[in-house]
Amino acid sequence: MSILRATAAVFRRDLALAWAAGGGAAAPVGFFIGATTLIPLTAGPDRATLALIGAPLLWLTAALAALMVLERLFQADLEDGSLDQLLLSPAPLELLVAAKGAALWVAIGAPLALAAIPMALAMQTPPHAAPVVALGLLVGLAAFIGAGLFGAALAAGVRRGGVLIAILVLPFFAPPIIFGASAASAAVEHGLFTPAFSLLCACALGAVALGPIGAAAALRLHLE
Amino acid sequence: MFAYFANPERFMRISAWALPIAAALAVLLFAIGLPWAFLFAPPDFRQGESARIMFVHVPAAWWAMGIYTFMAIASFTGLVWRHALADVAARAAAPIGAAYAALCLITGSFWGQPTWGTWWEWDARLTSMLVLFLTYVGYLALWAAIEDETRAARLAAILCLAGFINIPIVHFSVDWWNSLHQTASIIRSGGSSMDKSMMQPLLMMAGAYLAAFAALLMAGMRAEVFRRRVSAAALRRARAS
Repeated sequence: MSILRATAAVFRRDLALAWAAGGGAAAPVGFFIGATTLIPLTAGPDRATLALIGAPLLWLTAALAALMVLERLFQADLEDGSLDQLLLSPAPLELLVAAKGAALWVAIGAPLALAAIPMALAMQTPPHAAPVVALGLLVGLAAFIGAGLFGAALAAGVRRGGVLIAILVLPFFAPPIIFGASAASAAVEHGLFTPAFSLLCACALGAVALGPIGAAAALRLHLE
Repeated sequence: MFAYFANPERFMRISAWALPIAAALAVLLFAIGLPWAFLFAPPDFRQGESARIMFVHVPAAWWAMGIYTFMAIASFTGLVWRHALADVAARAAAPIGAAYAALCLITGSFWGQPTWGTWWEWDARLTSMLVLFLTYVGYLALWAAIEDETRAARLAAILCLAGFINIPIVHFSVDWWNSLHQTASIIRSGGSSMDKSMMQPLLMMAGAYLAAFAALLMAGMRAEVFRRRVSAAALRRARAS
């Protein structure tokens, strides 16, 4: 029972921290909208072009927005010693790290996916496909955060580790981006349940299962 | 076997004569393989002379993957049995692997231009080689970023093993979109589709790349062992004074 309580406490704490400090999802969502605004500025405002490339490119800007929040994920906990407390708790570190990831997914991932609906419409995605694109992104953000936990844990002790995390994590973003962007392209004609979406879910499940294990292994090394 | 070679003293003794042999072997194999590949092997009947770049390109691709596998094994050994020399081996192999991967990408693009009419094609093998190269870069960046050497070694080993899982996944993901890259033609169930006259110089070049890797790896590992000895001696002297 104490294990569940500890996990729930970490989840609530991280959720509260995400919203208390730095305005929660405001910064990554703002970045997501800003970066997406640059898509028509680079590719031109032509409707047909945007309808073709806009929704898949949302995956790029969402991945970059997810990268932004990773740097502070373990850094603050490492500095103020709360990571040592997590290690001392009876609950396995893997579970607590997973709770941190889940809190990030709720605090940042869900608002990003929500913001993707108007942005998909702005990219000339047909209205019936926009929620499908957003739902795919919600799943994809779980995959990004699973891989991101691992990268952030590896770079936890490093000063200004943001760029390092990006280099470490981007190769792991490749499979979910491939399937997610394919699912986004297919959303207009085939709806949500496409093969690409199934494979995206598989990527997300794999990342959610393995990411916390790798992250916990790396964090233990930092605390040795 | 690992325990036998994990002794740095023994490694230094063996590599002292194995390194010149490997280096001489690499020079010899390149001296035979390069003229064979570029002058004496028959040109491809469809691609003509440009197919000769294969002799540089394909062994680089093989060993870029082979070296990563070597690093994954060394990382696993370092993590599980805590052999310091295994960490040194993985670290020393990484820049060589990155160089082979870069060579593969560059020669591949030179080959693609006359053959497919494009410098770059986003097919499964090119993309996974690029991701492999990026994984090498990330591995080296992680080593460079963390000051404590033992910690850097452990963290880099975890990253190396995770990348070892990731690269096949990337490969099959990209395979999912179709490609115009020719299918694998050396190792497949129906036997090799390549003629002996091209196969022999190719294997010669593959041997040359392997010998060059062995020589560079040993040189890098020896340099690292010497560097650690120097810093240990400096530490001792500082304590004594």
